[in-house]
Amino acid sequence: MAAVPEELKITAEEYRELARKEKPPPPLLFNALTAFFSGGAVCLLGQVIQNGYIAFGFSPEEAANPTVVTVIFIASLLTGLGLFDHLANLTGAGTAVPVTGFANSLTAAALEFKKEGLVLGIGSKMFSQAGSVILFGVVTAFVVGLISALF
Amino acid sequence: MSKKAGQQSLLLDPAPFLSSAATVAGPMEGKGPLGGDFDLVYGDLRASQKSFEAAERKMLQEACSLALEKRSFNLADIDYFLSGDLLNQITVSGYSAAALGRPYFGLYGACSTLALVLSWGGILVAGGFACNVLAATSSHHCSAERQFRYPTEYGFRRPTQAQWTVTGAAAALISAAGESPRITAVTIGKVIDMGEKDSFNLGAAMAPAAASTMILHFQDLQRNPRYYDLIVTGDLGQVGAKLLRQLLARSGYFLEQNYNDCGLMIYNPAVQQVGAGGSGCACPGVVVLGHLWRRMKSGELKKVLVISTGALHSTTTLAQGDTIPAVAHAVALEM
Repeated sequence: MAAVPEELKITAEEYRELARKEKPPPPLLFNALTAFFSGGAVCLLGQVIQNGYIAFGFSPEEAANPTVVTVIFIASLLTGLGLFDHLANLTGAGTAVPVTGFANSLTAAALEFKKEGLVLGIGSKMFSQAGSVILFGVVTAFVVGLISALF
Repeated sequence: MSKKAGQQSLLLDPAPFLSSAATVAGPMEGKGPLGGDFDLVYGDLRASQKSFEAAERKMLQEACSLALEKRSFNLADIDYFLSGDLLNQITVSGYSAAALGRPYFGLYGACSTLALVLSWGGILVAGGFACNVLAATSSHHCSAERQFRYPTEYGFRRPTQAQWTVTGAAAALISAAGESPRITAVTIGKVIDMGEKDSFNLGAAMAPAAASTMILHFQDLQRNPRYYDLIVTGDLGQVGAKLLRQLLARSGYFLEQNYNDCGLMIYNPAVQQVGAGGSGCACPGVVVLGHLWRRMKSGELKKVLVISTGALHSTTTLAQGDTIPAVAHAVALEM
């Protein structure tokens, strides 16, 4: 960080304080409410799909996997149609936290880097957003699995 | 002859003419309040190209052709092509220079590029090194978003202080002979880093650079903000513009009704969701060379000061925890 030039009658610390004050506060209540209702809507959709699979003859445990796949499919399709980013801007964490956000981050990266080729583009860069979720998810699952096997 | 004034300013004498200007804009900019002032508006972000990057190149080249066409100039009349953009290695400019086939100065100043190319173009012409210079800049929402933030279809809620990169391109013909407005003075800014790290709050990172360059401009040329009919900053947005006013007030300069920010002019925030305003090289590019150029031509504005500001970080420096340095350059346009 460079020195503050003399024509500015302010120190770097004073300026950062001023900038902090002028930065609009995040709309916490709005964020929480939209996340609550949109997240609830995603879960409701998941439940409806799961009940559908159960009605088809799946057991409640068996129905979980095809349900997740279906929700991932819907989120990926919406991403491909160019709708998911607008939906996410409206819904915030409600669509980002469930598997919909994960599906979107994979599909968006795959779409973005398609032009750079199948191997070096899609193959390498598809996980640019979701890679750390997968890495730490696998590591956590391994540790938890180890603990549950030992005790 | 041209001469240096004070610490950082140059008086261009004979003042070069900004004899032609042309702008190309994307769909959102076309629907904004200044949509009618752009020469060409694309309804399609891809402009019928295979990628957003190719679309941005097409827009830049089209702005250049239109600027030449308006004055019936040929490419052969151009001594130098000066251009810069936001993408890594300023490829939009480099590839466009290849298509134009004229000697090329590639200039990187992030969103300060408009004032940078106009300054350098003015200096070359006023110094007698060129008769006609083509100065251009561009940005594209999707190519910039992908490079600096996330893939374009990635979904997230944009923070309130975030700005929206303008899609478009602008080109100006700077000539030794022609029609007003003229570039009468420029002030070259220092790079200033106050320690901001939030790449979603670039207005706050760039406001001190804008304040420094404006103060030096007024001091060097013994002017005050009232000298100009309009003072515009490039893309400080709501947060940066507020900070700029406060920084200038501390040094005894008060911005009044004659101050605005291109990022606050280009969109209609009541209808268009753009956060704290527009940003990008094309933000001051299309506002100054599209909208303000027309207002100067019609006689409504006689003296305009353009300060465009750029944040000089990269995604790598930010990921490594470094702060955001910023620069601002000023160009005085007078009828």
